[in-house]
Amino acid sequence: MEIIYLTIVLAPLVAAVFSGLLGKQIGRSGAHSITIAGVFISFLLSLYALKAIAIDGAPIFNESIYRWGSVGGLTMEVGFLVDHLTVLMMTVVTFVSLAVHIYTIGYMHDDEGYQRFFSYISLFTFAMLMLVMSNNFLQLFFGWEAVGVISYLLIGFWFKKETAISANMKAFLVNRVGDFGFLLGIAALLMYAGSLDYYQVFSLAEDLSEQSIELFSGMQWSVLSVACICLFVGAMGKSAQVPLHVWLPDSMEGPTPISALIHAATMVTAGIFMVARMSPLFEFSQTALSLVLIIGATTAFFTGLLGVVQHDIKRVVAYSTLSQLGYMTVALGASAYAAGIFHLMTHAFFKALLFLAAGSVIIALHHEQDIRKMGGLRKYMPITYWTSLVGTLALVGFPGFSGFFSKDALIEAVHLSTIPGSGYAYWCVLLSVFVTALYSFRVFFLVFHGKERMDSDVKKHVKESPTVVTLPLILLAIPSIFIGWLTIEPVLFGGFFNQSIFILETPGVVGQLGDNFHGPLSFIVHAATASAAIYLAAAGALLAWFLYLKRPDLPQLFKEKLKIIHQVLENKYYFDSFNENFIAKGARMTANSFWRVGDEFFIDGLIVNGSARFVRFFSGVMRSIQSGYLYHYAFVMVVGLAIIIGLLIVG
Amino acid sequence: MTSIPLLSVLIWLPIATGIFVYALGTTERAAHWGKVIALSASVATLLLSVPLYVNFDPNISSMQFVERLPWIERFSAYYYLGVDGISVPLILLTTFLTPFIIIAGWEVIKLRPAQYFSAFLLLEGLMIGVFSSLDGLLFYVFWESMLIPMFIIIGVWGGANRVYATVKFFLYTFLGSVFMLIALIYMYLQVGAYSILDFHQLPLNLAEQIPIFMAFFLAFAVKVPMWPVHTWLPDAHVEAPTGGSVILAAVLLKMGGYGFIRFSLPIAPDASQALAGMMVALSLIAIIYIAFVALAQKDMKKLIAYSSIAHMGFVTLGFFVIFFIAVNSSGIEGASLALQGGMIQMISHGLISGALFLCVGVMYDRLHSREIDAYGGVANTMPKFAALMVFFALANAGLPGTSGFVGEFLVIVGSFQASFWLAFLAATTLIMGAAYTLWLIKRVIFGEVGNEGVASLKDIDRREFFMLAVLAFSILILGVWPAPLMELMEPTLGALLEHISQSKL
Repeated sequence: MEIIYLTIVLAPLVAAVFSGLLGKQIGRSGAHSITIAGVFISFLLSLYALKAIAIDGAPIFNESIYRWGSVGGLTMEVGFLVDHLTVLMMTVVTFVSLAVHIYTIGYMHDDEGYQRFFSYISLFTFAMLMLVMSNNFLQLFFGWEAVGVISYLLIGFWFKKETAISANMKAFLVNRVGDFGFLLGIAALLMYAGSLDYYQVFSLAEDLSEQSIELFSGMQWSVLSVACICLFVGAMGKSAQVPLHVWLPDSMEGPTPISALIHAATMVTAGIFMVARMSPLFEFSQTALSLVLIIGATTAFFTGLLGVVQHDIKRVVAYSTLSQLGYMTVALGASAYAAGIFHLMTHAFFKALLFLAAGSVIIALHHEQDIRKMGGLRKYMPITYWTSLVGTLALVGFPGFSGFFSKDALIEAVHLSTIPGSGYAYWCVLLSVFVTALYSFRVFFLVFHGKERMDSDVKKHVKESPTVVTLPLILLAIPSIFIGWLTIEPVLFGGFFNQSIFILETPGVVGQLGDNFHGPLSFIVHAATASAAIYLAAAGALLAWFLYLKRPDLPQLFKEKLKIIHQVLENKYYFDSFNENFIAKGARMTANSFWRVGDEFFIDGLIVNGSARFVRFFSGVMRSIQSGYLYHYAFVMVVGLAIIIGLLIVG
Repeated sequence: MTSIPLLSVLIWLPIATGIFVYALGTTERAAHWGKVIALSASVATLLLSVPLYVNFDPNISSMQFVERLPWIERFSAYYYLGVDGISVPLILLTTFLTPFIIIAGWEVIKLRPAQYFSAFLLLEGLMIGVFSSLDGLLFYVFWESMLIPMFIIIGVWGGANRVYATVKFFLYTFLGSVFMLIALIYMYLQVGAYSILDFHQLPLNLAEQIPIFMAFFLAFAVKVPMWPVHTWLPDAHVEAPTGGSVILAAVLLKMGGYGFIRFSLPIAPDASQALAGMMVALSLIAIIYIAFVALAQKDMKKLIAYSSIAHMGFVTLGFFVIFFIAVNSSGIEGASLALQGGMIQMISHGLISGALFLCVGVMYDRLHSREIDAYGGVANTMPKFAALMVFFALANAGLPGTSGFVGEFLVIVGSFQASFWLAFLAATTLIMGAAYTLWLIKRVIFGEVGNEGVASLKDIDRREFFMLAVLAFSILILGVWPAPLMELMEPTLGALLEHISQSKL
């Protein structure tokens, strides 16, 4: 199997190198052919691995590929761990990546950086695979930072655009804040567990939870809690959890396929995946789990609200992503890792679909992204319309669609959880069902229904996007409908993750749900009778219909009446202004004062040049003493003699 | 051992060729042949350093390729050379980079080119001499002689304010070195010889160790440079020609780190322990304070110079944090991690800062400005160059998969074993390092074409592409597979740690 796993990882890398370095030689079609071939190979082999492990019961693969280095008794290796969790991630990543590659042919058709773009997205696929397939923390960190860097390059792909190159720097720096915590977490585990290998560290988890570390004098913390919290800070950066979420909406400055690939389906889920992978550690730290739960819940509800006031179609989808990532995080905090990963999977499909559909709309309207200038597109773009509807229904959790199963299971799991903070989390996720439906249908109605608000010359050219664009939409719409129905039983309740995810108290919340599970149909019936979620979603959709189709004058009225709330939302709870005015400006001011005052004034001005000036002054004095005139010397001698004689007489 | 005195060849081949090239004169013919001969000599030196690597046995921690001849018998000073796992990588770094410096100046240096290249050959030989001397006096002679070619390089081929920069450079480093000489003489009086290895074994009480440590500290801290004796570096870099900046950042700064690990730690282990707190504090100031200063820079070379100081902070942090690391119950020697990290950081920083200065040189050759504001949108007109420069910038920000990550990673995880907060402070480089490097990239490389100058830029030619690509490749290899480098140094560093842990008191 080793050769297969190596091929899965290396195929996109080789393709990326070819299309990046030899872009001119192989041309446009060469670039997309080779990268698509690379990702396609990875996808097929991932499917094969999925079958081998999940169906045929092949043993878990955990082996090193080569030794990266060894120091002082520590061996650091690069290797793969392929188990159920990994293989699921690999399949999702390569599938979404493949769809995005195909879509890019159409979306980037006229772009001069065509080959470069394909090189980046293939390279991204490589990095993401390295991340999910790692069997050790070092390689995890490599993948972790590598996806960050490639997302930096991709957000800034149109490097002439000032907003894009500000957004990409912001994204990278915010991610680096997360990585900062992540690295400290790794350092803690290395110190106390003495290894970077997952399994070795996991086997010591209980030990670590009993050891303590003193961060502030007099306060003993569990080593494991400190390590887990540090690791989670990393996840907060990558998976855009409050307050490190600020980079994700801005990252929409990049080309749309990127938003789909990175900011919906893959990179942002890295944090979720990581925490699930580290479940043997997190399970022993209730403190960390509570923190995860509360951060996730806060993200889920509050960022969802922001989606309601946004006008940029991609930003709405971005805020929706934030909110859904919050959902997944909540699941992790509630020890419902399987539910989190299940939602990650369904979300990957329908969110990629929604992004690509938004992209299709954007192409049709000649790069117009403001939903106030759209409307009535249904009749011009039937495929985009229907696939968008599928995506929207999946997102809001319409019974039977993929998002319904994952979201409902998740909410129920949180309901059952008893971890401190779970009550708050439950209300947050439940209420955001309503919010999700409201903003999703708001966009949907404003874009596809109602009055056509485009400029007239744009309107003339509106037409359905080409096949390379619509094909990926259809490819993604299929799993967006069915994947939940088909896989809820095997993936969520069938013990699929038993060997990957560890739960301290069995059966755990997911297990309890599983005991009452009697097939997808009865799951729907149960949800309709025992849970408010479906009705909240319906209410949200209805309200959206009422506000944006039936009475379009009302939103303006609300805006005026609820001015303060609207302003807070419009300013995104002032996170950006805080970061800009305090952190960024503060750093620049500190930098300037350190330089001007510390280096230039004190060290150079006073000490270095000061001593030079002192030498000059002193030598000036000396020079005037050594004037060379005989009478000066004679005068000094006489004075000196007089003083000595005087002293002798007095003494 | 081989019968050829390899180290002597590595030292004297470039020096002899350097003198020859210097003597060629200033005619056009001399310029042409000077270049060719200089390049051949530097490539020959590089090739000759390959057997040094191949025949070096990393499993032996004692000195290898030893040569020992009487030199000044009255002072029992010997011409005594030898290398171990600490010096070999630094010598290889030197021989590897020198040809690039000559290539970098190939078409660019118009004023006395033969003499320019000869200065670098002289410098190369002297630097290898420093790294391989086992006699204190010989070391001192090489050490001080290095100043002369560097002084000339900045003084003759430097920028407008070169006189200030050279005087500052010279006084700063010379002042430090004088104290080192006193320490060497003191130990000579005790031992009766200048052998550095004997110095290592010399029993010294704390009252002797502390002044000796401080004397060495002054010499080495200036070279590294450590805060607060760092202000000569930005000025020297700004005024130096490209090649001068490259060699300064890539190799000359490593002299300081090398000095600490060759002299201070083994000769005065107890003083090192007693003063480790100060050393760690100064290193952290370099990492954090200097990173902020770098953020404020408007001149590209100054920015990279400050970035160098911050990165070298990891070297000294790695070297001195070891005193705070207890032997761990899990059997992982945190001290080895930190020490190795410091060494790898030196090699890696040599490559990355060298590459970044070459990049600035490439732009300077075209627009004759180092101001960040004079650029903007370079990626539009120089795509190949932009790709390479972004790569070097990311390596500078410590991206995993590049050599820039390895050293910082090891030092940070090593420091964690001393204290969470030490690692916390050191790890701020993840954020600050990325901030100043990427902001530089944003302002210089990305954006709309900033002005007519940028619009007229021509992308790098084959000569420039070659030198940058080879450096990029080596940075990548060291990042993806640092094991060979680690294995080269491990036994020597292990023996060193063993030695340091034995108190001399």
